[in-house]
Amino acid sequence: MSRDIFVVVEHVEQSVADISFEMLGRARELAKTTGGRVVAVAVGHDLKPLACELGAADAVLLSEAPGLAQYTPEAHQRALEAILRQRAPRVTLVANTAMGMDLAAGLSGALGWPLVAYCREARMEGDRLIAVSQIYGGKILAEAAVDGPNAILSVLAGSSPADAGHAPGSPAIEEVEPPAPSPARVRFTRLLKPEAGDVDITREAILVSVGRGIQSRDNIPIVRELAEALGGTLSASRPIVDQGWLPKTRQVGKSGMTVKPKLYLAIGISGAPEHLEGMRGAELIVAVNTDPNAPIFGVAHYGVVSDLFEVLPLLTEKIKATT
Amino acid sequence: MNIVVPVKMVPDLVEELEIGPDGRDLDRSFLRLRINEFDEHAVEEAIQLKEKHGASVTVIALDTGEVDETLFTCLAKGADRALKIPGDFAGISSHGAAAVLAGVIRSIPHDLILTGVQAPDDRDGQVGVLLAEALRVPHVSVVSGVEPVGEEAVTVRQEYAGGVMAELEVDLPCVLGIQAARQAPRYAPVSKVRQTMKTAKLDEMPAAGEVPGAGSTVLRLAKPESGGGAERLEGTPEEIADRLLAILRDRGLVRT
Repeated sequence: MSRDIFVVVEHVEQSVADISFEMLGRARELAKTTGGRVVAVAVGHDLKPLACELGAADAVLLSEAPGLAQYTPEAHQRALEAILRQRAPRVTLVANTAMGMDLAAGLSGALGWPLVAYCREARMEGDRLIAVSQIYGGKILAEAAVDGPNAILSVLAGSSPADAGHAPGSPAIEEVEPPAPSPARVRFTRLLKPEAGDVDITREAILVSVGRGIQSRDNIPIVRELAEALGGTLSASRPIVDQGWLPKTRQVGKSGMTVKPKLYLAIGISGAPEHLEGMRGAELIVAVNTDPNAPIFGVAHYGVVSDLFEVLPLLTEKIKATT
Repeated sequence: MNIVVPVKMVPDLVEELEIGPDGRDLDRSFLRLRINEFDEHAVEEAIQLKEKHGASVTVIALDTGEVDETLFTCLAKGADRALKIPGDFAGISSHGAAAVLAGVIRSIPHDLILTGVQAPDDRDGQVGVLLAEALRVPHVSVVSGVEPVGEEAVTVRQEYAGGVMAELEVDLPCVLGIQAARQAPRYAPVSKVRQTMKTAKLDEMPAAGEVPGAGSTVLRLAKPESGGGAERLEGTPEEIADRLLAILRDRGLVRT
């Protein structure tokens, strides 16, 4: 039985995503207790320039073909499936991203290996793999013992430091023959970049961000007024954008933008993991929410448990009075 | 085109979640359930496609409790058929739900399967992807914007981080994990849902075969350290606003 820990490297446009380094760091910890190697696996085309960044791994497996240059769930899953079936690592770490959601569950279904999703911690207790998931919008942690000799974990971004996955050195690269191309049922046509025109929230120093707690579109002006008083910009969590209350360009979080402003004022945002991923790097985080157990308070520096319609207009008024 | 939309009831996250006495599951006795928000988007996208291009929309749910009203609501919104799979499915794993759904969907016409990209409780992975694997059809997660290309395929947009998206063409049949419908899910007035309950009926189809587990066993549930690093500001709204102003001022975030 293999004791190796595999990390599926996520990369976009020839650059390794941060989450891959976080996973490499986590894999190193796990490999210490299994006594196996850390193996980075990358699927794509022309990947050798990336491999030199993966010094934290003991070995790098590359599955390369021109047809794999652009990610598609089907082709990349097939390439990974062939590798995992043959090498049967003890644990395979996949990022809990758009691509990772496809791949982790797809591989679990195809290989019949258990999957623990939204994983935020993992450790070995003897031969047993223990994984902690963050579920119910970040409100509950579930610690589980994982069955079987092989398992897949889809790992939440920001759940371990990326530093541990950065190391010098050039691990041995092994090239793996990808599966023979078959007629693709999923075909990449083009990459769409965000539309310019609206503000770029990743460049703003002050973001006043609004979430579901605002209850109605009609209440957005209350928050907008505060943003304006602060000289900041209005941003939002996903539900607000999905409702069409603010444009997609304002969305903070996993499927939106990652922001690092000087001030992030979270208004009525509960703080699902997908949202925290996009804003936890802000210098100062202030959260206002009616729910004292909202996960947003876990990352905020200052928290206000209050009806936002009481505090916000007062704060706006006071700011206006000082400036 | 036959569109099938598996939907799922999940705990309403607006409510306080309590952990049950054995510490391994939520206390389900007072749990308020609602349709998974992403599934609501999948239903909306299906009805939008029907209205624009013509299609038959079948909404399907495992009976995890309280599904009838949700299914009638989907009919009131414009779905053509609602299918309930009876059984004791409360707390079923994603692997289990995918296997049951695959068994039923195999026996009904299905070209396009739309479901929510994820659910708050899919601890062992997203049902849509697992369903696609069980049906041996392609899948794409985190999708917004579905458009038919002739009778045989659809184009979809898959959302990545930073607002970047890929456009993919996917052969039918396939499963798409919907992130957001092209417009916010429509609202069905209670009166219309009540009317639908009187005039329409839910079809039932039994589950067949083994129901696999999650492949892991929950040892315990816990609430994350509440508060964590946050310093709580307390007092009257007036006092809180003053404190906030002082904090912002100290950091030079408010001009003085």
